[in-house]
Amino acid sequence: MDMMTRVPISEQDPKVRAKNFDEVCLGYTEEEAVSEASRCLNCKKPLCVGGCPVSINIPAFIQEVKNRNFEKAYEIISESSALPAVCGRVCPQETQCEGKCIRGIKGEPVAIGKLERFVADWARHNNIRPHSDAPKNGHKVAVIGSGPAGLTCAGDLARMGYDVTIFEALHKTGGVLVYGIPEFRLPKDEVVAAEVENVKGLGVKIETNVIIGKSITIDELLEEEGFEAIFIGSGAGLPRFMGIPGEQANGVFSANEFLTRNNLMKSFKDYDTPISKGKKVVVVGGGNVAMDAARTALRLGAEVHIVYRRSEAELPARAEEVHHAKEEGIIFDLLQNPVEILTDDKDWVRGIRIIKMELGEPDESGRRRPVEVPGSEYEIECDTVIMSLGTSPNPLISQTTDGLDVNRRGCIIAKEENGETSKRGVYAGGDAVTGAATVILAMGAGKSAASGIDEYFKNREDKA
Amino acid sequence: MYKIVRKEALAENIFLMDVEAPWIARSCLPGQFVIAKIDEEGERIPLTICDYDRDKKTVTIVVQTIGASTERMDTLKEADSFLDFVGPLGQPSELCLEENLDETKKKEIVFIAGGLGTAPVYPQVKWLHEHGVDATVIMGSRTKDLLFYIDEMKAVAKEVYVTTDDGTYGFSGMGTDQLKALYDEGKRFDHCVAIGPMIMMKFVCLLTKELSLHTIVSMNPIMVDGTGMCGACRLIVGGEVKFACVDGPEFDGHLVDFDLAMARMAQYKTDEGRKKLEFEEGKTHHGGCGNCD
Ligand SMILES: Cc1cc2nc3c(=O)[nH]c(=O)nc-3n(C[C@H](O)[C@H](O)[C@H](O)COP(=O)(O)OP(=O)(O)OC[C@H]3O[C@@H](n4cnc5c(N)ncnc54)[C@H](O)[C@@H]3O)c2cc1C
Ligand SMILES: Cc1cc2nc3c(=O)[nH]c(=O)nc-3n(C[C@H](O)[C@H](O)[C@H](O)COP(=O)(O)OP(=O)(O)OC[C@H]3O[C@@H](n4cnc5c(N)ncnc54)[C@H](O)[C@@H]3O)c2cc1C
Ligand code: SF4
Ligand code: SF4
Ligand code: FES
Repeated sequence: MDMMTRVPISEQDPKVRAKNFDEVCLGYTEEEAVSEASRCLNCKKPLCVGGCPVSINIPAFIQEVKNRNFEKAYEIISESSALPAVCGRVCPQETQCEGKCIRGIKGEPVAIGKLERFVADWARHNNIRPHSDAPKNGHKVAVIGSGPAGLTCAGDLARMGYDVTIFEALHKTGGVLVYGIPEFRLPKDEVVAAEVENVKGLGVKIETNVIIGKSITIDELLEEEGFEAIFIGSGAGLPRFMGIPGEQANGVFSANEFLTRNNLMKSFKDYDTPISKGKKVVVVGGGNVAMDAARTALRLGAEVHIVYRRSEAELPARAEEVHHAKEEGIIFDLLQNPVEILTDDKDWVRGIRIIKMELGEPDESGRRRPVEVPGSEYEIECDTVIMSLGTSPNPLISQTTDGLDVNRRGCIIAKEENGETSKRGVYAGGDAVTGAATVILAMGAGKSAASGIDEYFKNREDKA
Repeated sequence: MYKIVRKEALAENIFLMDVEAPWIARSCLPGQFVIAKIDEEGERIPLTICDYDRDKKTVTIVVQTIGASTERMDTLKEADSFLDFVGPLGQPSELCLEENLDETKKKEIVFIAGGLGTAPVYPQVKWLHEHGVDATVIMGSRTKDLLFYIDEMKAVAKEVYVTTDDGTYGFSGMGTDQLKALYDEGKRFDHCVAIGPMIMMKFVCLLTKELSLHTIVSMNPIMVDGTGMCGACRLIVGGEVKFACVDGPEFDGHLVDFDLAMARMAQYKTDEGRKKLEFEEGKTHHGGCGNCD
């Protein structure tokens, strides 16, 4: 075996998968995993660990995989991560753990994410679940939102003996993992629901269909319902639009709407919620959300263009998603930006007017700023436009909570090390604090807040 | 699961349900709405809260069957349950907030309810009545068989004017005609609330603009989550993008871009829904303006 290159992983053929919603990547077999694990050098100073936001002991778990102690490998990962089957699938590994791996200098980095996924899937298939034998301490904590931040915080607190209830606004648990990221990247019943079951198994109660700020406020949870501390993991919120002419026309969707109809409401399975499939779809944006919307539209039968104003190097999406999208036949119109959506006399989209861009001086993000090329405008015919330009925070909670400070952009202000907000006993983390980020960062924030909340109770008892 | 404890037919294709929903009943106010989902495969259907009982922990919804989902909802019986029932969503009506009561008491208020709009108007009139403010109500429908809640409304309003487009009951004409007639008699109002089909709200607003009568409308665009996450419910109000589910559903009617809102409503209409809406709204404005094709 060539130690410089990865053990290849099997994937559904691009032509086949472009027409179905089954998972693209099929995962390693035991033999493949063991063989890939043997490429790890078990470094004394493992750089990979520094690249992982929750500091999974990567060399240790990989050694266990190499020695076929998969259960032990799962225990090691579980010490740091509550959702390994998810992170193994969706982390931007190339900029995190794998980006730092020493193997990557001369050859291909160890496939850390794929190994993590293998271990988590193995544990699930063998019915190995995290458990907790911590004695109950009787303190009630409420967690708002059941995305990765909320699930992680709830799981950790339950393991410490707290009596935890998650309140979720939607009818399903998982946050973006159920309504945003599509089935073909992250199977809902098999993976997400199983991870939620694990958290429930630790004793966490989940109440769906409860909107904090509407059904009940944070202050009421604290004053009337007997909760002594609260974690807010309410996610990123309202979709942004560009503000160009024609954006309110029929056939223009936010990526959130398009993905929610498909993933949460399962329009692709012929549930009652309709989706406008489109014959020719233009997706505006270059992040994971844009890739997911584009690949979903493709699977529903459309020809799909991605219009992104910078160049390929700046695409914020995971490298694997861009690669998969290209294989499946998504057309990338890079260094281009929409200026107007064209409509017919019934207010339906009939096309989009686009201007070409070139890269100028670096901006505050360090990336070269795209500038318009004068006179380069042209039109593409299309019947659907999906806007994937990010989100701004949902004000439901901040508006109804006394003394909870938000920053200029409307994100809740919370300390990075322990999630503490301006309001006593109230903690926050994940996209609600940082704006749209990643699953693993949201998990990390949930974890820090769980220890922050535990500290808070300990300090309170010391004083009492 | 959210149990249906009462179901009643109110008029042709219009039924009422009391649903057990403790989280909603504890905090809801007039003007807000719920989202109901029948079962695993069901749509999330927004419905106005038409009444509530904090002690019994129930909320009342009134539904008009216009397409697949509302018809499926009509197959549910007393003691059946909704799988999901969430709320209260949206902002409460500004008229029905304790903190605005002093202001509200100074106003001469008129409600104009079109068709099913009677249902969401009722809890507002009732709330005002319970707080010592009596309002005038104009409730109209296409024809006699579609009228409901007349006695209930009379019990809580100062005056109730009933209109039918075809003259089969009460004043012959539309709500706008009745309002004009009242103005001709010398009546004046400071505040109008119009709730009903979009086309009806549009025409009420055209009239009340002429009358310089401040008018609030309740918008019912297509929704998915109802929590401000998807952007499906966006409207243009005063030149700005607003999300009806978090900023509304009530807005200043003189600022709403109705033509755009009506075009957006057509996006997912099923054939039967479209027929029904055409029928309903076509009759409401008697043709000619070219807005409903
Ligand atoms: C389409 C898409 C693809 C993505 N792809 C990737 C990827 O490949 N890799 C990656 O790392 N990241 C990806 N991300 C980003 C990642 O999913 C998010 O950063 C992460 O989910 C944030 O977690 P969270 O727990 O903070 O919030 P969320 O996952 O948004 O969860 C918040 C939850 O809180 C609930 N909630 C909100 N308000 C209330 C309230 N008032 N009361 C009760 N409940 C409430 C919401 O309904 C939701 O369930 C993607 C995001 C999207 C949208
Ligand atoms: C805030 C709000 C409050 C509402 N309150 C009520 C209520 O109290 N009682 C009630 O019966 N209905 C109410 N509606 C409308 C109700 O949600 C729709 O009638 C329902 O979704 C139709 O679903 P369907 O599958 O039966 O119809 P279909 O014909 O299959 O599809 C209906 C589609 O047509 C459109 N449509 C047609 N007529 C309407 C309409 N009058 N309102 C909204 N959309 C329409 C929508 O796009 C909808 O997606 C409200 C809507 C909103 C947004
Ligand atoms: S959690 Fe993410 S960053 Fe950490 S090791 Fe796993 S894949 Fe890498
Ligand atoms: S840096 Fe790479 S080779 Fe070294 S321990 Fe981490 S995964 Fe193994
Ligand atoms: S319904 Fe989704 S944002 Fe209003």
